Amino acid sequence: MSDKGSIDIDYVANLARIELTDEERERFSSQLGGILEYFDQLNQVDVSGVEPMAHAFQVENVLRDDAAVEGFDPETAVKHAAAKRNNMVQVPKVVEG
Amino acid sequence: MEYEVVIGLEVHVQVRTKSKIFTSVGVGFGQDPNTLTDPVVLGFPGALPVINREAVEKSVKVGMLLESTIPEITKWDRKNYFYPDSPKNYQISQFDQPICEGGKVEIELPGPSRNIMGEHMWVELTRAHLEEDVGKLNHFDSDSLVDYNRAGTPLLEIVTEPVLHTPDEAWAYLNALRNLMIYGDISDCDMEKGQMRCDANISIRPVGQKELGVKVEIKNMNSISGVRNGLAYEIQRQIQTAKAGGAIHQETRGWDAAKNVSYHMRFKEESHDYRYFPDPDLMPVRIDDAWRERVEGTIPERPFDRQRRYYEDYDLPFTVTSVLIPDPELCAFFEEAAEASGEAQQSANWIVNNLLGELGNAGLTLADSKVTPAHIAELVGLIKEGAISKNIAKEQIFGDMFENGNMPAAIVEAKGLKQSNDTGELEPVCQEVIDANPGPVAEIQGGNDKAINFLKGQVMKATRGKANPSLVDQVLKELIDKKG
Repeated sequence: MSDKGSIDIDYVANLARIELTDEERERFSSQLGGILEYFDQLNQVDVSGVEPMAHAFQVENVLRDDAAVEGFDPETAVKHAAAKRNNMVQVPKVVEG
Repeated sequence: MEYEVVIGLEVHVQVRTKSKIFTSVGVGFGQDPNTLTDPVVLGFPGALPVINREAVEKSVKVGMLLESTIPEITKWDRKNYFYPDSPKNYQISQFDQPICEGGKVEIELPGPSRNIMGEHMWVELTRAHLEEDVGKLNHFDSDSLVDYNRAGTPLLEIVTEPVLHTPDEAWAYLNALRNLMIYGDISDCDMEKGQMRCDANISIRPVGQKELGVKVEIKNMNSISGVRNGLAYEIQRQIQTAKAGGAIHQETRGWDAAKNVSYHMRFKEESHDYRYFPDPDLMPVRIDDAWRERVEGTIPERPFDRQRRYYEDYDLPFTVTSVLIPDPELCAFFEEAAEASGEAQQSANWIVNNLLGELGNAGLTLADSKVTPAHIAELVGLIKEGAISKNIAKEQIFGDMFENGNMPAAIVEAKGLKQSNDTGELEPVCQEVIDANPGPVAEIQGGNDKAINFLKGQVMKATRGKANPSLVDQVLKELIDKKG
């Protein structure tokens, strides 16, 4: 990923655990490459006089008190899962990898 | 060739809060699957995290207990990976500005025997960062089911420098860390409930070599002794491999406690590239002086400091302190009894030897105990003033006190157990015993001092244990001398 605006699409797809068709590889390479190019552009801005920041807004300590509320009922929690069993999200048998 | 072992530990501790770290749904263990979830936990589109103040505050407290540096500003980052335990496809963690930097933990190595204190040393820490726990996968024959109840529980990852060298040191570190977390009211560190989890990085290198050897990570060591066993196994495996001329691969291995072996999980090449970046949904947190001072005020005496105080102030032996110290509630109980009775050692003995024994037999905890520090203090006082003997206290009072919660003085009164200190009452009994046992009396007169114990036993029996043993001794000797 060192070349300006180029991305190793197979590496990224592997990290995201997705398979891409040739057409998708082409399309996403170009789209993600464009984003990288934009960051290259940002990298050229002289920020030597600017304090490093974690956020564009200098807002700190957005905190809440530790009080617990009821959550979803389990049927709602898994309602949108592609597959479910026993109120849990069902996934192919996985071993941490 | 001689090898040196280098171990670093990553310990995850769940920080005790009522609600999750980035949302208000409750935390818990053992609830029905997916009942502790909400849009934030499940990473639904548009859901926004808000940081739990208590999780931050307790983490600051941990940092102080670990003597870490607490930076002025701390922030959260996204750790990107794709695995079903993390519904957002990233875990909110901390990358370059963790809440605790550096630090150290005092540990005590196992002593030469259980009665002797082991050597103390300090373990240097790299950092501790505050992140969200992930969901739990339950594996079945043909699928895996994901329960997100655990996801979002505040989780502090405490990382040591690669400074440990033996399984015993790792064991001692985990015990010391757990005690600190318990003292700080951070976590019960119950490993069976996943409140504390430990991964280890282990490498070996020829003695004298500066560079570290190839690192192997061991996971799934689910108890403190499991960590000790897992490390011992892995060290042997690496040394044997190296001695046989084999190569040690950079890999992640799992620990199988039932089979007592580690097994290959994945090679490093297969591992993740997490592509951390600052979480745009979360603002940094500034820990200002006022906040620090407030937390500083809640830092308790550390376990080893308390142990040293017990040696110095109460002259307690190591064996007794090693039972008391890991349990701050037991320590408070003891201190209250010691204060009330003015007899620290006796109080400690009754608590450690009798109370804990009875509680253990009954399957109860200190919180269930009907015996209070006031009971112990009164019992110790009665023995000290000679109102009852230790034997009476043990045989006839303690059980009653434990079962019914009656105060010892009331039990003595009700059962008529008051020790007889009246020589006038004792003399006829002693005389009877002497008259009935001419044999032993003759032995005593012949110079065998030990034979008096038999006569004493007879007197104690005749008085149902109520006689003051030293007084019996005195009266018997006087009567035998008179007989002379």
